Amino acid sequence: MTADLKVDGLSVSLGGVTVVESLSLAVGPGQVVGLIGPNGSGKTTALRCVYRALRPSRGAIWIDGQDLSAMTLRDSARVVAALTQEGGADLDFTVEEVVALGRAPHVRGNQALGPRERELCRQAMERMQVLHLAGRGVLALSGGERRRVLVARALVQEPRLLVLDEPTNHLDLRHQIRLLSMLKGSGLGVLVTLHDLNLAASACDHLVVLAAGEVVASGTPGEVLTEALLRDVFDVVASVVPHPLTGVPQVLYDLGP
Amino acid sequence: MGVIVVSLAVALAVSVLLAIGSGAAAVPPGQTLRYLWAAVTGGAISAEEITAYQIIWQVRTPRVLLAVLVGAGLSAVGVAVQAMVRNALADPFILGVSSGASAGAVLVTVSGGLAAMGIYAVSAGAFLGALLVSALVYLVSRRGGGLEPLRLVLTGVAMAFGFQAVMSLIVYFAPDGESTSTVLFWSMGGLGGATWGALPVVTVVTAVSVVVLRRLGRSLDVLALGDETSMSLGVDTETLRRGLFVLTSLLTGAMVAVSGAIGFVGLVMPHVVRLWVGAAHVRVLAVAPLAGAVSMVWADLMARTVVAPRELPIGVITALVGVPVFVTLLRRRGYLFGGRS
Repeated sequence: MTADLKVDGLSVSLGGVTVVESLSLAVGPGQVVGLIGPNGSGKTTALRCVYRALRPSRGAIWIDGQDLSAMTLRDSARVVAALTQEGGADLDFTVEEVVALGRAPHVRGNQALGPRERELCRQAMERMQVLHLAGRGVLALSGGERRRVLVARALVQEPRLLVLDEPTNHLDLRHQIRLLSMLKGSGLGVLVTLHDLNLAASACDHLVVLAAGEVVASGTPGEVLTEALLRDVFDVVASVVPHPLTGVPQVLYDLGP
Repeated sequence: MGVIVVSLAVALAVSVLLAIGSGAAAVPPGQTLRYLWAAVTGGAISAEEITAYQIIWQVRTPRVLLAVLVGAGLSAVGVAVQAMVRNALADPFILGVSSGASAGAVLVTVSGGLAAMGIYAVSAGAFLGALLVSALVYLVSRRGGGLEPLRLVLTGVAMAFGFQAVMSLIVYFAPDGESTSTVLFWSMGGLGGATWGALPVVTVVTAVSVVVLRRLGRSLDVLALGDETSMSLGVDTETLRRGLFVLTSLLTGAMVAVSGAIGFVGLVMPHVVRLWVGAAHVRVLAVAPLAGAVSMVWADLMARTVVAPRELPIGVITALVGVPVFVTLLRRRGYLFGGRS
């Protein structure tokens, strides 16, 4: 089961400053959509509206034709799961406990998890390769391990749409690739911000480029990632070449003399 | 888990019995039990035992029961405040409640206000002072409907300084020396003022708060993952934090009104318990009130017996015992307060 996300004319003002301006995008069922752009272009702000941490000033967000702002937080948390940029936890929960909190929107109060839910947690930990850490305290983990625990927690939520803000942060190369290929093969709708354009090109079906809060380009990686765009939006001189095996565009940088 | 709760409950019952029997006139546990039984069932007490009986029933029992309630309440509120402001170093008084309570108590002592409340006038003044500070902290740190943890803490610290200054002013201009001892009592805390009359209210407030907090256990766990993550997990941080603020203000205000600001229990007990049963709030909030109650009973027993017939402020005992415990915790490997060592 996967969701259909439509963001329509989303604008966000924070303290009188417009951070996102008339952003529209769509994530079809099972589609991986990447949001890219330089620092401060409004990517995180846009995601925050989708996972309900922020109320948009204008515009609407639709999940399977349902207006997100009309849903309770708990109801939307059963459809949309998020990986935020937050570090993990204030308290030294075990990995298992953090992952199990992904069931919070589905269970009542302090109700214990049933066998199916515990199995779900186990599978998610296995999928993110953190099962061997199950009994460990999260505060003692490395940044990358903690990140994987948090993705496992999001999976346990059984969402139809996954929203991930810089999921590859702190991950080593192997886990970056594993995570993105997991997302691609998950069948879930995925909305993800990424700084690594090569990974974005490989992982995403569709890219939306933001600059100063506005969409400046949108399309397949092949359509969007051009040398002109890198120069105009990212202020970077780079060559774009097709990947020798897959043909997706890859960005090569030259630091110059 | 069940074993821990049951053992603590047994330890609490034994501690209460021993503490009621101990003091200037020591009464063996068997006799203590007999007096308590007589008091509850309305049994007869012989003439020569009436003094001992009265000490047990009118003086020590309410005092020890108050220690149980205050210990339980402060520990629970400590857990709740740390969750609310997402700071492991927060204690129940971090939002300035104790200085507001002291100022209120001193004001009532000096002005003779709230005379209609009789012997509870000073407590009522302390409670109102505590609520006033809480209300001010709330109004000042509110922003767009939400309470930001750091703003809460900073506002609380500022209010604490402000109300301490107000209290000093009142004491400075007060005509007699009584206000100074009121200040000392309210800032160090003590259970000497315990009466049967105040117990029902404190019991209800403490019991309701502990039950409500424990029911919020999983939401508190989610809140500890961060505000953004909480929202994405369906926990509305604004509503939760507002509820926690009201609950902790009332509970802390009630605690301070009956016992002054007894320090360290609300800070240390949550950490001791987490070290013992892990961080999950459902477990912590089952164990912390019991552990807090047991330690408060013993702290109060020490306060009134160590230099008998004089009495130490209980805050001195909790700090003298609490500081080494806290320092040991800080230095303990494997216990992370909320950062990586």
